Amino acid sequence: MSIEARFKLDFSGCFKLDVDLTMPDRGLTALFGHSGSGKTTLLRCLAGLERAPDGYLAVGGEVWQDGPLFVPTHKRPLGYVFQEASLFPHLSVRRNLEYGLKRVSAVVRKVSLDQAIALLGIGHLLERMPERLSGGERQRVAIARALALSPSILLMDEPLAALDLARKQEILPYLDRLHDELEIPVIYVTHSPDEVARLADHIVVMEAGRALANGPLVETLARLDLPFNLGEDAGVVLDGVLAQRDEIWHLARVDFPGGSLWVREHGVPLGHHVRVRILARDVSLALAHVDHTSIQNLLPGTVEAIGEDSHPALALVRVRVGESALVARLTRRSVAALGFSPGRPVWAQVKSVALIG
Amino acid sequence: MTESDWLALKVTLELSSVTTLVLLVLGTPLAWWLARSRSRLAVVAESIVALPLVLPPTVLGFYMLVLLGPKGPVGGTLEAMGLHHLAFTFPGLVVASTFYSLPFMAQPLKDAFNAVGNRMIEAAATLRAGPWDRFFTVGLPMARRGFLTAITLTFAHTVGEFGVVLMVGGNIPDQTRVLSIAIYDHAEAMEYASAHILAGGLLATSFLMLVTVYALNRRYMTVHL
Repeated sequence: MSIEARFKLDFSGCFKLDVDLTMPDRGLTALFGHSGSGKTTLLRCLAGLERAPDGYLAVGGEVWQDGPLFVPTHKRPLGYVFQEASLFPHLSVRRNLEYGLKRVSAVVRKVSLDQAIALLGIGHLLERMPERLSGGERQRVAIARALALSPSILLMDEPLAALDLARKQEILPYLDRLHDELEIPVIYVTHSPDEVARLADHIVVMEAGRALANGPLVETLARLDLPFNLGEDAGVVLDGVLAQRDEIWHLARVDFPGGSLWVREHGVPLGHHVRVRILARDVSLALAHVDHTSIQNLLPGTVEAIGEDSHPALALVRVRVGESALVARLTRRSVAALGFSPGRPVWAQVKSVALIG
Repeated sequence: MTESDWLALKVTLELSSVTTLVLLVLGTPLAWWLARSRSRLAVVAESIVALPLVLPPTVLGFYMLVLLGPKGPVGGTLEAMGLHHLAFTFPGLVVASTFYSLPFMAQPLKDAFNAVGNRMIEAAATLRAGPWDRFFTVGLPMARRGFLTAITLTFAHTVGEFGVVLMVGGNIPDQTRVLSIAIYDHAEAMEYASAHILAGGLLATSFLMLVTVYALNRRYMTVHL
């Protein structure tokens, strides 16, 4: 089962969407790209809010669009969260939540209203009118409202983009819970590498209406041959398990396939699945094990590939560490001086690791 | 006030009420369509709706007279069916007023529906609401201020009609003689005192209605924005 989407769309010549994608119907798929790359248009096509003539869309084996067949939005079993709050201003939070719920037949209800309310932590807001909510609260209600439909897919259009940093931090934990506790596939539009690194399992990179890459996040971020460049945000994520805690130094060990890393302790219980993000600019390479260094994380590996960076002075080097890969951002001069080439054994020195969930 | 003045008042109120009701029923879907349609037809329709704002009432009245009269397409058809044509009748007045006051119903409603915004309607669609459902549960309640404005303006404007009524309705007491015509008659007959009563009454009533609408609009605004 998967999501198959083929759309071609022309907006009077100035903009085009031209995609032919197969996406997993589990976990969170990020549609990532700059503004104007077509990611929101693609999401609207998935929702049926935009109709691409001759498009094709099947979600989990159900055909939603195929030639003349076009299931209108209100008959698609989806949930949609808009970028700006879209709560009905004339209805209280409770009646906003109930609006969709009472239009869904009891047979398909898997998520109860109480569950959605609890998951998003909005129990204390039910009697308020939307105008008396903060931006973050509004977005949480909007997400709960979509969840209460028990959708077979949840579409989110930059749900955090209109919020300031503090409000983003307020909502992110709820998105993590959504991901961990419900088995609803999510298609999540964003232009933020941070949100991708933290939330996504799968990524589709969009540019100028086309999908440049489409694959599992961990593998895709480690690719060096992509025609897009994240610049300062280039780096990989690794999924691992919290394996050990060092109470004295407030550190925790994360084991990932192929090695382990020490990260700052964040109170995550032992045995929990965690994700770490390692930016390419925080990784340096050495030909031999360095003994006298302040760097805690030294990993043995093999150079696998060397790719271009956006700046001509720099190169991106992918290092294989067991079953995982790291990407290091080095100057071309040091690549030449130390003779890094594919197959060469190296030690990766990881200056900083971020535990992101 | 003379008895004929009272009759004129009665006809005026009847005409305005019936016209407002008819326009509420016809104008609402029209305004909804104007606000949401992307077709070029909507541009033409919008221009036709706005025509009474710029045309002399006599032009509209003249065509209405031709249309509704015994030889016109509408009046003639009615005659052929054994019915009476509509010129110089109350139903004829209602038809003419409906066209004449249409912009006062359709424009504020269209603006109100526009203000509801596409996103709200789309949000309702993603929450399983079909087109009618969206209209009744999101469009209508969110546009309620626009309805207040539209109803008041339409009513007040129909009360103030003169040219169209004169052309289509003539001046038949208890049928088509409305206040504005009564005032004209009084003034022509140099009965300024009677004219004053009616004119002053209309002025005060119209002013009060507008004050009420604008005050309510303002109050809703401070509450909702």
